[in-house]
Amino acid sequence: MAARAGEAALASPMATRARFIDWTAPFAIGLVLLLAALVLLPMFRLLMTSLTGDGGRLSLEHYRQLFVDPALLKPLLTTLWTSAAVGILCLLAAAPMAWLVSRTDLPAKRLLRALILASFVTPPFLGAFAWVLLGGPNAGLINQWYYSLLGLKPFEASPLINIFSAGGMVFVMALYTFPYVFTFVANSLDVIPSELEEASAILGAPAWRTALDITLPLVVPALLAGFLIAFLQSMTLFGTPAILALPAGIDTMTTKIWSLFQFPPQLGLAAAVSLPLLLITVALLRAQSAIMGRRGYSVIGGKSTGTRLIRLGAWTVPALALFVFVLGCSIVLPYGVLVRTAFVKNWSGPVAGNLSLEHWRFVFFEFSQTKLAFYNTFILGIAAATAGTILVTTVGYLSLRKLVWGHRCLGFLATAPVAIPGIVLAVGLFLSYTQPPFVLYGTLSIIFLAYMTKELPVGYQQIAASLKAVHPELEDASRIFGATRLRALFDITGPLIRNGVIATWIFIFIGSIRELSATILLFTARTKTISVTMFDLRESNDWGPIAVLSITMLLITFAMILLINHFTDRRST
Amino acid sequence: MRWIRWSARQPGSFSLLTAALLAFAVAAPVEAQETTPAMVAAAAKEGKVVWYSSIDVKVAELIAKAFRAEYPNIQIEVERSGSERVFQRINQEYQSGIKNVDVVNSSDASHFIFWKQQKWLAPHTPPDVQRYPAQFKDPEGYYAAWRATLSVMGYNTNLVAAKDAPTSYVDLLDPKWKGKLVKSHPGYSGTALTGTYAIVKVLGWDYLEKLSKQGVQQLQSTTATPKSIASGERAVMVDGNEYNMFIEIDAKSPVAIIYPKEGTPFVTSPTAIFADAPHPNAARVLQNFLYTQKIQQLAVNEGGTRSLHPDVKDPPGRTPLAQIKILPDDPATMLPQVADIKKRYTALFGN
Repeated sequence: MAARAGEAALASPMATRARFIDWTAPFAIGLVLLLAALVLLPMFRLLMTSLTGDGGRLSLEHYRQLFVDPALLKPLLTTLWTSAAVGILCLLAAAPMAWLVSRTDLPAKRLLRALILASFVTPPFLGAFAWVLLGGPNAGLINQWYYSLLGLKPFEASPLINIFSAGGMVFVMALYTFPYVFTFVANSLDVIPSELEEASAILGAPAWRTALDITLPLVVPALLAGFLIAFLQSMTLFGTPAILALPAGIDTMTTKIWSLFQFPPQLGLAAAVSLPLLLITVALLRAQSAIMGRRGYSVIGGKSTGTRLIRLGAWTVPALALFVFVLGCSIVLPYGVLVRTAFVKNWSGPVAGNLSLEHWRFVFFEFSQTKLAFYNTFILGIAAATAGTILVTTVGYLSLRKLVWGHRCLGFLATAPVAIPGIVLAVGLFLSYTQPPFVLYGTLSIIFLAYMTKELPVGYQQIAASLKAVHPELEDASRIFGATRLRALFDITGPLIRNGVIATWIFIFIGSIRELSATILLFTARTKTISVTMFDLRESNDWGPIAVLSITMLLITFAMILLINHFTDRRST
Repeated sequence: MRWIRWSARQPGSFSLLTAALLAFAVAAPVEAQETTPAMVAAAAKEGKVVWYSSIDVKVAELIAKAFRAEYPNIQIEVERSGSERVFQRINQEYQSGIKNVDVVNSSDASHFIFWKQQKWLAPHTPPDVQRYPAQFKDPEGYYAAWRATLSVMGYNTNLVAAKDAPTSYVDLLDPKWKGKLVKSHPGYSGTALTGTYAIVKVLGWDYLEKLSKQGVQQLQSTTATPKSIASGERAVMVDGNEYNMFIEIDAKSPVAIIYPKEGTPFVTSPTAIFADAPHPNAARVLQNFLYTQKIQQLAVNEGGTRSLHPDVKDPPGRTPLAQIKILPDDPATMLPQVADIKKRYTALFGN
């Protein structure tokens, strides 16, 4: 208690200002302004543009059009129902999976968790590419197997899967969104003490009854929150609907915004279409934090003494089957088909006599975009990760140590972009930085701003976790011995959070190199990244080179994750 | 109105020779600009050339590779996308003051009329172009048809027997093709746009409206549709590049070309140099290089295109142009209708 009081006194800017000029406050104000410029300026421009009619007058014309024009209203409805369907599908798959991992003696849990992590980090548009090759109604490999099983030719019966449909899109979105729900539910199960469940078991209830009557109600908040996150994720995706729904003539909000951006861009309308996406996201996130804010009913149980695992016995088989199906569809089959496609001439033909390295040769020795795309992607990734890490570390330090007046404001601004879908952020940035005084369009800077802003919340959460683990007492001790705040920061806190900082850097880097939904509106020929290069190749059905680039991107991502593990492991020892 | 002369207006099959003779009498010859050692040295100093093109990415890189072999001191960067997308990107870039493109190639010939009107192009006549038929070049030397192709129909020979294959656009309305068709998009592809305009002139929007009810899979590029039927994803292609079909046939893919009874849209793809090209000398070196007999023949042999160069021969096995009923392109008339065509098409088929 005494330490806390001392900490408060030392941390208060008042106490320091009494002795010498404290630069913390002006510095913090500068930071607030910088963050506000990053986050609020694009949103302000977005709002203004959406309200500006022909001739520059204030007008609701664009909004009227949004609700009257079926070409705009239909994508909105499609987005809403498909996102809800993804949320439900994710719950149906991920909730039982989380329960099985957390509460039962399911075998190979480490492997299963690793594969779930793999689907978490797989860029969703790569999954969509792979599923075109697997689930294309006639040439898709799964349908080819299906037809040969029936002894039929394509078109003689309806295909097993038609991935070019709203249903196909929902399925593929769910494959790469379920890990969010899994994580929510599994984390929630991990903190909910299992005594209540054990009591129920001791009183003679069968396992399924305990699960339904005791465990399920306890994780309802996590389920709801997971559903909302899944809904949000699917609503803001661009690549998956563009790859799977557009060929079927189905538009979503994100593909509509993209087509409104084709020259001559209809900026007012694009802004007006973006705003509902933003508002829905904000509303859902508020709902989610309200739900999670109740923290379930976990307080009832007190400290848990360790969970007794339910023995699955014969149920192990169906339980594993669920995992095999979900992970097979999200990892094994897609990765397999990408590797196959990268090494054969004709992707839909049999492997025998078809093996070839021509796509690798093309991508790495002939395709003149490769060098530029890799260069841009890495420069952007490194710049966004470095600047982003410095920014969130500074902001995190100031706001979590409550060093300045308005520290809440800093924390809020750093996490606010979580509510801005990538494509909406891009619309805002485009509007803000294509006209004087700030003309950044056509340079890497505008994409850099997009990446950094988009990754702020992730970085902030990551660094906040590290900072919270270091008690301020350590710094206070050094301050008592006469060190300045900066010196204490560098000598004491710095080394302790070093690995956390490195992990933050890698997180932002991974998030940046796979970005598509914002880049698609902001890139120009000079500033193409790997992801938009792949998107260009898709428009001409060049699946071989796409597979080669996909594999390269996945290898880089997994190398980065191994690095994160390396650094976060060292932190715990 | 001088540019109207450039467009091919003859109905039905036409003779290049008569057209050439006719035009020769009228057009004043534009002075050609040879590739001089000084030009190459200046280009090498600029270091590179940026080529926006709508030709299939592998054919584009094939040309780029030949260019590198000839001029090892000039880097060449290819930016490939659909013609309409190339057009949008350049306009977006120019509106934002970004001068990145040196040389452009698009299969929507009306783009060049527009850019010339905007005064964005630099006049330059490659030596070989002097011998090109006048209808395939701008009389003031701003652009010339670098390549041509046909927007053909096609089918997968494993999925459709030759005797059952459609022979005309109207055949595609047969219920038996429902769910089996694939088509490219005039909002993305210049070839698809030029083709759509030609089909509308012959069959009307009424035809496209009926076609849109056939469960057509909508792809973007006319380079994508031949790959789709080659993979067996769809059985019949409504429109696609003849050159991609030749490439697939050379690679022994199970596809065959259909030249529809109503006529096959003929699509010329000019190239031009931008007046504000960041690498003006390199741009001229590339532009001259593109029209040489050697590169024209390479594009024809390996890339399957049609050439308007008088010395270039089609390889054996390809149907000579003279035997195909052609629907000629008409960029000048099409230009003011482009936005409307795209809008009406998208309303029927989606994006």
